[in-house]
Amino acid sequence: MAQQIDTEMVKHVAFLVRLGISDEEAQKFSGQFSSIIDYFNMLNEVDTENVPPASDITNNTNVLREDVAKPSMSREEFLNNAPQSERGYVKVPTVLGDE
Amino acid sequence: MQLPNLTIREASDLLATKKISSVELTHATLQRAHEIDPKIKSYVTITDDLAIEQAKKADERIAKGENVTPLTGIPFAAKDCISTRNIRTTCSSKILEDYVPQYNATVINKLADAGAVLMGKTNMDEFGMGSSCENSAFFNTHNPWDLERVPGGSSGGSAAAMSASLCSFSLGEDTGGSVRMPAGFCNVTGIKPTYGRVSRYGLISLVSSFDCIGPMSRDVYDCATVLETIAGHDPQDSTTFNSPVPRYTQHVTKSVKGMTIGIPKEYFVSGMEAGVESSIQEAIRTYEKLGMKIQEVSLPNTKYALPVYYLLLFAEASSNLARFDGTRFGLSVSENAKDVIDIYLQTRHKGFGDEVKRRIMLGAYALSAGYYDAYYLKAQKVRTLLRRDFETALASCDILLAPTCPTTAFKLGEKTSDPLEMYLSDIYVVATNPAGVPALALPAGFSNNMPVGMQLIGKHLDEQTLFQVGHAYQQETDWHKQLPNI
Repeated sequence: MAQQIDTEMVKHVAFLVRLGISDEEAQKFSGQFSSIIDYFNMLNEVDTENVPPASDITNNTNVLREDVAKPSMSREEFLNNAPQSERGYVKVPTVLGDE
Repeated sequence: MQLPNLTIREASDLLATKKISSVELTHATLQRAHEIDPKIKSYVTITDDLAIEQAKKADERIAKGENVTPLTGIPFAAKDCISTRNIRTTCSSKILEDYVPQYNATVINKLADAGAVLMGKTNMDEFGMGSSCENSAFFNTHNPWDLERVPGGSSGGSAAAMSASLCSFSLGEDTGGSVRMPAGFCNVTGIKPTYGRVSRYGLISLVSSFDCIGPMSRDVYDCATVLETIAGHDPQDSTTFNSPVPRYTQHVTKSVKGMTIGIPKEYFVSGMEAGVESSIQEAIRTYEKLGMKIQEVSLPNTKYALPVYYLLLFAEASSNLARFDGTRFGLSVSENAKDVIDIYLQTRHKGFGDEVKRRIMLGAYALSAGYYDAYYLKAQKVRTLLRRDFETALASCDILLAPTCPTTAFKLGEKTSDPLEMYLSDIYVVATNPAGVPALALPAGFSNNMPVGMQLIGKHLDEQTLFQVGHAYQQETDWHKQLPNI
């Protein structure tokens, strides 16, 4: 079962993961994706009726801790890595649009 | 005596009896790294001054006889996805090229407490995505056994540095073979511990439900020494086990007579290099001579391990890598950005390499409405079957034995044009990670002058048996003592 992933679909998933993409890149990925997804379709052969999906492999149950405040990284230290900051905050351009 | 060639145990004895100092050992290893590494390119960063400073402190500890451990004064390298405070941590990605973490990973703190000496950070496939180290955004790492070949991946730098004696041990990280496959290609010993045995705090996540930090070393004894130091419960990582960490080194010499090795029949099929197959058969005969029983077992869903592994990897990675958005740390590209989305799009376009882009896009595809059931959920169900395969097979034997790769190290550039072809080189190592079981890789001979790796796969939390069986093999063979001529 060959499944074509066209350039429009590639551009759509690129936007979902907030990845800028050129037309040439979309073209290149489109061909590669189709063969990889085709390979994944092999899983359709497996009978998974009544098989639960794996969720946790350690058999750990809820791990809880006391809710106690502890010292953590200072704001100043955190902001050392921020590309832009102002008055103790990370600075970014407009987040909400006009609409 | 070549100091950088010593095992941890040998160096530790010489340090304890004051025949050498940590400064001498560290200095000799740094010097060798500066001399040899321009050919191999295993290190992204070498921290000379810091290493000498830590070595001096280790020597003081030894002089005072205070708090001396088997790792006190021993130089090591860490894969560049393991966070190191005030030391650049890049994941070999442009997006983190200048990133300097404000905190240490738990494993780094544990090794510092033990007195080990950090020498630097090693090259890898970008974010761990690759099997040859060729997806590093910076440069290729070369296999010390043949510079025209790859070291394997994704912990290729850690394996090559260990192989060429550019450190006394290294830390790798195994998401789907990334410790074992390069260990096999470079003739070193390495373990992927049980999922949850070693804290992932400070490890830059690839696949949170697969990722395992594991040591690489000259032999099994050293590997056990490092694992018993870095393993254990960590309040910062809720997936770590609470159970105590055994003193693996105290029991490695126990006899293996009467134990049973399972040979998964699905792993011995066509496509395996003849020299790899004969080396593994020879290893099986060695174990027979040691009085172990050999039996064939079946892992019936083996052929589905690769699609399960890659599908789940793509899905988890697409979510984990969302944090690299150019706003809080790392690369930020904001040319004429009109809104924050523009920063995301530009930063990620410029900062990620092609393999990372492929995987996060395919992950989003597999998780998106209409495809979630067919791909992600289906893969999680087959994952349950993979885990059951191991449980069933390991119910009738103590460990499983298999190669780490169907071939020895391939040539640089040989598989870069076809992503799927590259994925197939992981065929023997990926299944353990979705199942969470531990596996130890060790040198098992040579094929056309290139190292052959084998792996022993064990039950959950039974690293002890892996070390015992691995150590027994290394008492009978000297493959692990062979060093590349470089």
